[in-house]
Amino acid sequence: MAVAKKSDVKEKGQDRGNGSPPEFTKEQELVALRAMLLIRRFEEKAGQLYGMGAIGGFCHLYIGQEAVVVGMQMALKMGDQVITGYRDHGHMLGTEMDPKGVLAELTGRHGGYSKGKGGSMHMFSKEKNFFGGHGIVGAQVPLGTGLAFANRYRGNDFVSLTYFGDGAANQGQVYESFNMAELWKLPVIYVIENNRYAMGTSVSRSSAQTDFSKRGISFNIPGEQVDGMDVRAVKAAGDKAIAWCRAGKGPYILEMQTYRYRGHSMSDPAKYRTREEVDKVRHDQDPIEQVRNRLLAAKMDEQELKAIDAEVRQIVNAAADFAQHDAEPDPSELYTDVYR
Amino acid sequence: MPIQVLMPALSPTMEKGNLAKWLKKEGETIKSGDVIAEIETDKATMEVEATDEGTLGKILIPEGTADVAVNTPIATILADGENAADLGKATAPAKQEKAAESAPPAEARAETPAPKPGREEKRAPSAPRAVAEPDPEVPEGTEMVTMTIREALRDAMAEEMRRDGDVFIMGEEVAEYQGAYKVTQGLLQEFGARRVIDTPITEHGFAGVGIGAAMAGLKPIVEFMTFNFAMQAMDQIINSAAKTLYMSGGQMGCSIVFRGPNGAAARVAAQHSQDYSAWYSQIPGLKVIAPFSAADYKGLLKAAIRDPNPVIFLENEVLYGHTGPVPKLDDYVIPIGKARVVRSGGHVTIVSWSNGMTYALKAAEELAKEGIEAELIDLRTLRPLDTDTVVASVKKTGRAVTVEEGWQQNGVGAEIAARIMEHAFDYLDAPVLRVSGKDVPMPYAANLEKLALPSAAEVVEAAKAVCYR
Repeated sequence: MAVAKKSDVKEKGQDRGNGSPPEFTKEQELVALRAMLLIRRFEEKAGQLYGMGAIGGFCHLYIGQEAVVVGMQMALKMGDQVITGYRDHGHMLGTEMDPKGVLAELTGRHGGYSKGKGGSMHMFSKEKNFFGGHGIVGAQVPLGTGLAFANRYRGNDFVSLTYFGDGAANQGQVYESFNMAELWKLPVIYVIENNRYAMGTSVSRSSAQTDFSKRGISFNIPGEQVDGMDVRAVKAAGDKAIAWCRAGKGPYILEMQTYRYRGHSMSDPAKYRTREEVDKVRHDQDPIEQVRNRLLAAKMDEQELKAIDAEVRQIVNAAADFAQHDAEPDPSELYTDVYR
Repeated sequence: MPIQVLMPALSPTMEKGNLAKWLKKEGETIKSGDVIAEIETDKATMEVEATDEGTLGKILIPEGTADVAVNTPIATILADGENAADLGKATAPAKQEKAAESAPPAEARAETPAPKPGREEKRAPSAPRAVAEPDPEVPEGTEMVTMTIREALRDAMAEEMRRDGDVFIMGEEVAEYQGAYKVTQGLLQEFGARRVIDTPITEHGFAGVGIGAAMAGLKPIVEFMTFNFAMQAMDQIINSAAKTLYMSGGQMGCSIVFRGPNGAAARVAAQHSQDYSAWYSQIPGLKVIAPFSAADYKGLLKAAIRDPNPVIFLENEVLYGHTGPVPKLDDYVIPIGKARVVRSGGHVTIVSWSNGMTYALKAAEELAKEGIEAELIDLRTLRPLDTDTVVASVKKTGRAVTVEEGWQQNGVGAEIAARIMEHAFDYLDAPVLRVSGKDVPMPYAANLEKLALPSAAEVVEAAKAVCYR
């Protein structure tokens, strides 16, 4: 989809004061709203189930960051690949993986995407071109670069969307990947989800260069900062980056400025930031409220919005029901899938 | 006094070379830095530069001479004022010539190889290649071709790349340089830069890129210049390659081969001389192969490339130049996970793999002279480990010795000993003994390095001990 571009590649950063991103059609707004709501309600349910003891281990929620995945998904085409780290439920739902399978994996059941053997951080769907779900910070970056390598090798025009956070952005293997991606002109978009905190360490306390869009400069990889709370801005930036990659020009960096409302994981009390800071983002920038307000301002019937809400809740409740009642993996599964 | 020019060692493992060409004639003046001769090794042709000035007095080894041992005098240089009459006084060996490399040697990452000292410690002598047992994989009457292990590896890759367009090779210096150890010689010319890919020196990164490509369905061969450098990539190999199939409930695995020289080479010290057999063979999800014979190198590498799982293929630099018979078959593939009894005997079982077989074979010959017939098993694959073959042999002999270049603690020998105890305890007439690398980082000094590695004598001693002789 053609989208007006406010800045060229060389420009770093996006000045929100210079005008808002291209408007969505009503259909696009509704698609975005529904997809973001699904992630939000799903994650709330996951948090609830975790509190009940139905989900174990680590559980990293995506609440607050929904616009990033949803906007990027709206820019992709079938066949493009997605890979990310461990805050991955949003990406799975974004690639249209079945919420039942995702939640059943969280509860460690046989009907989960990995038959209960992967858990929150390790889920994959070959069918949806979702390549995980990786638990080692930054490890998905060379892997995503490898997906792009495969596209180039095969001569197709698919793009690998490789997500990582502001914390992972300081890993050495990220820069090894940048080097190879630009050297070989690989079609990979590095989506840096800057949610301001690497676990409990704020960006300014961990990063010498806090403008992550500049992290590719020494490799000649163009980058830009994007308002990751505005799904329209994400989609516009995604369109531009994808066009760049499909044209064979090599990798592209998008720094998504976003925010997570919850702790790093369920066990994180988030004492490293104030309640006021969280509330302010929620109040001023919430990605879902932005869409809802625009729709209401455009005289959308509130009942219609409520119907979407209800439909999403129904999907999530059905998933929760399945995830709690599905059987645990058979003990014989212990020894399967080590080799093929 | 006239100075003797000696046959230079152009890499840490070079034992001999061919004197391809003299570029100076007798009587010609030589200045320091002049290229005086060309020498061919099995890897490359190198130029020999003079380090002394004078007149080329006499050529001792004519051009075209093959297999000139390192440190053989090849010419005499006369200093100013000396003449042919002084030739007889030439004393060795002032110094070694410096190798200027038209193609630098393998250990490129380190630096130009240092000339060898006058006395060469040959740590890994040419192995006795006599194999008592016929290879069950090869039909009787098959023609055998003698080739180096380096060539066997190259042929295996080339054949698989011809067979399957999804197979490609990536690594440091694999393409234009033709391989740091010349294992990928000619592949770039045949398959082009799309499928033979030079990477930057970023093991962590390119291992991950290979694994990502494999997740997308390609079949990469990732060459590590040595497995010592693969420690940088350990996270990707284990966390991403080995575990993904399981973590995805069987949905997403990767067909990938990580290959390169493993273990000690010669005189490259601790950081370049580690045996990773035990490290990788502990990991479920990986297959680990470490062959010894040229035929096994070929047949098992072909199997590794076809295997749908991640495979660690441990080669040995010392063995690259060794030759052996390889069956001339259109498609010689050896099943992964099968050990081979290379010598039958009833008195003691010796279990080894890779270069450990060098010591084991030699020891078996020594033992035979003393009336002890050793049954020698080449494991070839370390994961899955062929317990059955080992146990069957121990049930026959009642005694076992393991031989490995790696360290003893938690080593492969320890694992074999445990399995023998678990499966053949009642058959044992003596405790299992382990011959291994010593419990120290690899030293540089020639004598210490020799001490740090296992030896045939240690194997003989251990075999006698378990036979109570």
